Amino acid sequence: MSVLRLIWAGWKFHVKSLTLSGFFLLTSIIQPIIFASVAYFMFEAGARPGTLLYVALGAGMMGIWSSTLFGSGGAIQWQRWQGTLEYCIAVPPPFLLVIVPLTLATATIGLYSLTATLLWGWLFFDVPLEVAHPAAFVVALPVTVVGLGLLGLVLASTFILYRNANALSNLLEYPVWLVTGLLVSLSLLPGWVAPLSWLLAPTWGINALRESAIAGNAWPEIGMCLLLAGVYLVIGYFLLQHFERLARERATLSLT
Amino acid sequence: VTSLRIFAIGGLISYRALFYWLSVWIYVPSLVLAPIFQILLFAYIGRSAGLESDKFYVVGNAIQYAAVPCLFAMTQLIGGEKYQNTLGAILVSPAPRLPLFFGRTIPVVLNAAFVAAFSLTAGCLILGVHIPASAFIPLALVIVVAAFSCSGLGMINAALSLRIRENAVLTNVIFGFLLIFTGANVPISELPGWMQSVSDVIPFTHAIEAARELADGAPFSSVSDLVGTELLIGFVYLCAGFALLRFMEWQGRRHATLERS
Repeated sequence: MSVLRLIWAGWKFHVKSLTLSGFFLLTSIIQPIIFASVAYFMFEAGARPGTLLYVALGAGMMGIWSSTLFGSGGAIQWQRWQGTLEYCIAVPPPFLLVIVPLTLATATIGLYSLTATLLWGWLFFDVPLEVAHPAAFVVALPVTVVGLGLLGLVLASTFILYRNANALSNLLEYPVWLVTGLLVSLSLLPGWVAPLSWLLAPTWGINALRESAIAGNAWPEIGMCLLLAGVYLVIGYFLLQHFERLARERATLSLT
Repeated sequence: VTSLRIFAIGGLISYRALFYWLSVWIYVPSLVLAPIFQILLFAYIGRSAGLESDKFYVVGNAIQYAAVPCLFAMTQLIGGEKYQNTLGAILVSPAPRLPLFFGRTIPVVLNAAFVAAFSLTAGCLILGVHIPASAFIPLALVIVVAAFSCSGLGMINAALSLRIRENAVLTNVIFGFLLIFTGANVPISELPGWMQSVSDVIPFTHAIEAARELADGAPFSSVSDLVGTELLIGFVYLCAGFALLRFMEWQGRRHATLERS
């Protein structure tokens, strides 16, 4: 019970805190709208227009990935710069339970993106907002956020080894948008990309949202997203333990 | 001679001093690899939508990505002084402002041109896009003109950074604006009329159009009017940026806000 309370309180605090950041509002609202607009124009003008709801969901998911990438990738660095990393590690609860609410919050902030691209598309591009399977959609959304949030945990614990985490975040934004099929059908990409995409939660998350919103059975994708979330949690747990031990041994916690 | 020294040496030193943090570990992911992935993303969206050829996206995005070094570097070169606590010292010096600020533009233009040229080359190699050898030199010229043009916009952004705190946010918004309006990914003719009117008066639109024609084998003489227009737009933006800088400097002195960060 106390674990759930800790996660809930941490998540609520970080969602409020990130909502006040201009940078995160840009990443999660304006940037997805820009990319969604480009994609709307491209699909409207193209020979294969497709459904614009497909595009709106993809562009929204781009925003969820960006806020997770930048938020979680820099999570431990920020704690360092603010001088709070030592406290986070010294408090009685495990470090994992301190960091997980933060990475979940960064993915949650991405929900602004989805809302923004759907509303933008509905207002200016006549994107239909009818959801084929509302129950599946309502389940798919939080499961996707949890999947990406725990992928964020893996990023948070690995990026700590890289001094310039922001540059790595910049680099990883476009490739993941591409290989997870957010705006591009995976069948158009080279064959070796598919196995790579299966390891990434955004692939299953966007498929779950599209299946539930447009038509189809979203439950297998929801299941895969949950399974991957569990795997990320285990990986993140071991990586964080390793990092914490190294940092204590080498006295490098407060190094900036 | 003093003005020339301020222009050339001052500009170079300022670039080196304010980009002391720009190590290879930041430069390569942000300015070498990221534009290649932007090209790939839009080329594949283009394939998915059945809109244009790969060449369209390679040329458009390679040139448009020059906006990142132009906008961020110009802002850092002038607005960054605020964070280094050196802005006051610069502005009380008797150095003439014209060479002082314009000198900082040259390294930015050269760096942006390199980023665009490298992205274009890499994009062509990866996606198998063929560009005739006769177009290489004219394309290089167009890229430099495009970088110059966007540096003018960067100068305006830099001037605004003397007043706005969250300038990185504004810079990202301008980058996204250029992504939509310059025709880098959507043919200008497919945009609504009011957007086409905006496209005509912003950096990159004419350079991208000229570069696409050159990549298709057109001679430079057939795109000289487009290049001339791009150059003119860049010049107008640079002058506007300079005027805005002087205005912000005056405002900063008046309201004692120069070093507000």
